[in-house]
Amino acid sequence: MTLPDPGAWGAIIAIGAMALATYLCRISGVAMMGFIPLTPRVRRGLAALPGSIVVATVVPLIERLGMAAGLALLAAVGSMVLRRSELLALIVGMTVVSVARAFGL
Amino acid sequence: MTMPEPKPQAKTLITSAGMLLGVRRVSVLMPGIVVFAVAFGAAASAKGLSLFETVLMSAIVYAGVAQLVAMELWRPEWTWGAIAGLAVVTATVNARMVLQGASLQPWFAPYPKWLNALHLFFFTDANWLIGTRYHSEGGRDLGVLVGAGLALWLVWIAATIPGHVLGALISDPRAYGIDLVMPIFFAAMIVPLWRGRRALLPWAVAGAVALVTAKLVDGYAFIIVGSLSGALVGAFSDDAA
Repeated sequence: MTLPDPGAWGAIIAIGAMALATYLCRISGVAMMGFIPLTPRVRRGLAALPGSIVVATVVPLIERLGMAAGLALLAAVGSMVLRRSELLALIVGMTVVSVARAFGL
Repeated sequence: MTMPEPKPQAKTLITSAGMLLGVRRVSVLMPGIVVFAVAFGAAASAKGLSLFETVLMSAIVYAGVAQLVAMELWRPEWTWGAIAGLAVVTATVNARMVLQGASLQPWFAPYPKWLNALHLFFFTDANWLIGTRYHSEGGRDLGVLVGAGLALWLVWIAATIPGHVLGALISDPRAYGIDLVMPIFFAAMIVPLWRGRRALLPWAVAGAVALVTAKLVDGYAFIIVGSLSGALVGAFSDDAA
């Protein structure tokens, strides 16, 4: 089977393919859990999942993005402990990373 | 029936008050999102995407990290193979959404399927962070997610446009710390998600496994492998919260 070349529509089709892949990611976790019975064990696993996602996302990023990023994320967490404000945490974090990068960290 | 369900509560709550609350909750994340969208618009114009293509991508893909990664892979001419490759990369970058969705599924389950299929189109990291926090505080109004998702979607699309138009002015987004917007929001979430020392073991395992995976495998597989490890430890440790 030969498809006609994407040609002039290539970019639009590429964007459509990205949209489809993303939407499938969005619905498949929810759809899958519809088939898995919520036993106490699954429930405990799900309860541990959000924190695990956050930690698993952040820790390697510190390693990849460098020292300045690590300091910024620590500062953001510290700011959240003192004051529960995401906006303040963002401002603190961005300030720390700009300053740290300006000093060449 | 093996397990008696706890009494059927107000099952499918979705109110306009909830939507407003969602908009309020997401508003504190907006400055970061706007900067991120402007950076994407700038990267897209540098790669030669038209304004229409750029806005279309923000509107129907609506996933910041995947869109930025796609700009690394963008090309002037497309073959079917290249398009398939882009779709696969997009799916790996967004695979975290599978787990994020799964973690909130008990909340979504009582709602009609078409409604879940619809609001999940607007499901993002920011949405997940807000929803997780709201749900863990005992909130059950789906309007919160819908309101936050819609508001974020509109702002995301709108902010892409000046990014594309001003393009060249923002040549190096890294200099402004834009690469840290989402990591900072994620790190900040650690505090409200903290459930005492019982949660420490799954988290430590998730972090350690993710770190090792990131060393060994390129890309974003570390999020999935690390999170699943943490969830497994949680599932099999008897007193995990």
